Amino acid sequence: MPKYLLLKHYRGGPEPHHPFPPMDQWAPEDVEAHMSFLRHVSELLQESGEYVDGQALTPAQTWVRYGGPDAAPVTTDGPLPETSDLVAGWYMVDVESHERAVELAAYISSEPGPGGGPLYEWIDVREVMSGTPSED
Amino acid sequence: MIDESTRQLDEGALRALVPRVLAGLVRRGEDFDAAEDALQEALLEALRVWPEHPPRDPRAWLATVATRRLVDARRSEAARHRREEATYSEPPPAATEEGDDTLFMLFCCCHPDLAPASQVALTLRAVGGLTTREIADAFYVPEATMAQRISRTKRALHGRRLDQPGDLAVVLRVLYLIYTAGHAGRVDLAREAIRLARQLTLATEEPEARGLLALMLLNHARLPARLDSEGRIVTLDRQDRSLWDTREIAEGVRVLQSALARQTEERRPGRYQIEAAIAALHDDAAGAEETDWPQILAWYDDLVALTDDPVRQDPAAVLGRAVAVGHVLGAAAGLRETDRLREVLGERHRWHAVRGHLRELGGDLPAAATAYAEAARRATNVAERDHLVRRAARARAAGLRSSA
Repeated sequence: MPKYLLLKHYRGGPEPHHPFPPMDQWAPEDVEAHMSFLRHVSELLQESGEYVDGQALTPAQTWVRYGGPDAAPVTTDGPLPETSDLVAGWYMVDVESHERAVELAAYISSEPGPGGGPLYEWIDVREVMSGTPSED
Repeated sequence: MIDESTRQLDEGALRALVPRVLAGLVRRGEDFDAAEDALQEALLEALRVWPEHPPRDPRAWLATVATRRLVDARRSEAARHRREEATYSEPPPAATEEGDDTLFMLFCCCHPDLAPASQVALTLRAVGGLTTREIADAFYVPEATMAQRISRTKRALHGRRLDQPGDLAVVLRVLYLIYTAGHAGRVDLAREAIRLARQLTLATEEPEARGLLALMLLNHARLPARLDSEGRIVTLDRQDRSLWDTREIAEGVRVLQSALARQTEERRPGRYQIEAAIAALHDDAAGAEETDWPQILAWYDDLVALTDDPVRQDPAAVLGRAVAVGHVLGAAAGLRETDRLREVLGERHRWHAVRGHLRELGGDLPAAATAYAEAARRATNVAERDHLVRRAARARAAGLRSSA
């Protein structure tokens, strides 16, 4: 079965379906609804036997490269920190097909936002390359 | 068939023997690394064999099997190391006290030359008797990674003299690290740390060892109230205090008193005793509003007095004190205390969270919301991040309501 990363982003990606403020500015009950939906997604994936991993990343980002011989590593926060992609976290799932991965991503994207309606958040779906050669 | 509780009990008793048997082997001159591996194999065999054939003397059984493994290993390694196979012989009588053995093994595993993560892993295996798999699970790393960390750690100890008394302060720090590593995984490390600290207090009269045990017990007692059924963090002031473990609190207070009784005017209580005293005062309040903040502040004064430059050397203590100042002298005074820490802790979520709390205490809800949001952005733990986002949203909504 193929594995997929379903990535959530702090920023970047296609034009948002609609603008929304950061979560700390939502009504408290909307925050609760959103968080309990995401908890429900994890439970659902575990019950269906598709869950591999789920992690969240802090928004702090540091780009690092080799500085050359005898030089310290070179670091930067990124060229265009306001517009560049910033991954917020992921679910890794082990599913029957690409279609199933897309179905799950769309379900995650229906998470409730401010006012209780769907957030329509873009989810980045990426297939994980398998480590073993295929049989054919 | 044996039921689960019997099996658990046996496993607990088995693990309690680990430091004693290992200390015996190492004291007899066996290489620490090899002896630890041999004992680990003996433990696995015990778990397999004992349910049907319980030994008459479990400790001697383990020592004999571990010795046999050591001999086998040496034989297959090189014939030149042929030694006569003997059944286990007791080490010199003076060294057989259970407490001594635990302390001796703790000093080995908490060797000051080792990195903290290595000290923690080795302590859990060689003193706690946990398997590599269990330790790996507790820290959410693959078993192979943890196995490698442990074997590198043991190689680092190779050739070091292990018969010198070690640094008790390092042992205490390692046990506290194990405690704070938590209870989220399959293995309850907090409970394991308490078990090890209890063993340590049997081995040393040092009041700080008791202080550490008391601190763990007094904090652990509140654990059942710390998360709600949805896994959300419940702060101390909102916890259902009827869920607190009163037996653990009583034991913690008793242990703390026995530590403080050993202190004199010249020998003031150390940090673990002070932190335990603060925890005891929180545990003692029937409701949040009955918390004895002036007394807590007095203990924090003692805590920050332990270092010459507390802002740099112990900023966590200064931050804790700022909360107490806020409750005793008012939110503005508490906030002024946190200002001193801006340079050191300004990028840490806890600093912003404390400022949020103090803003809320002072009634400035919009500023509290901003501070909580800043804290959430810097949080490194999902439960804490979610908690801080909730507080930000709640403070903002309450601020809007009160200004409307």
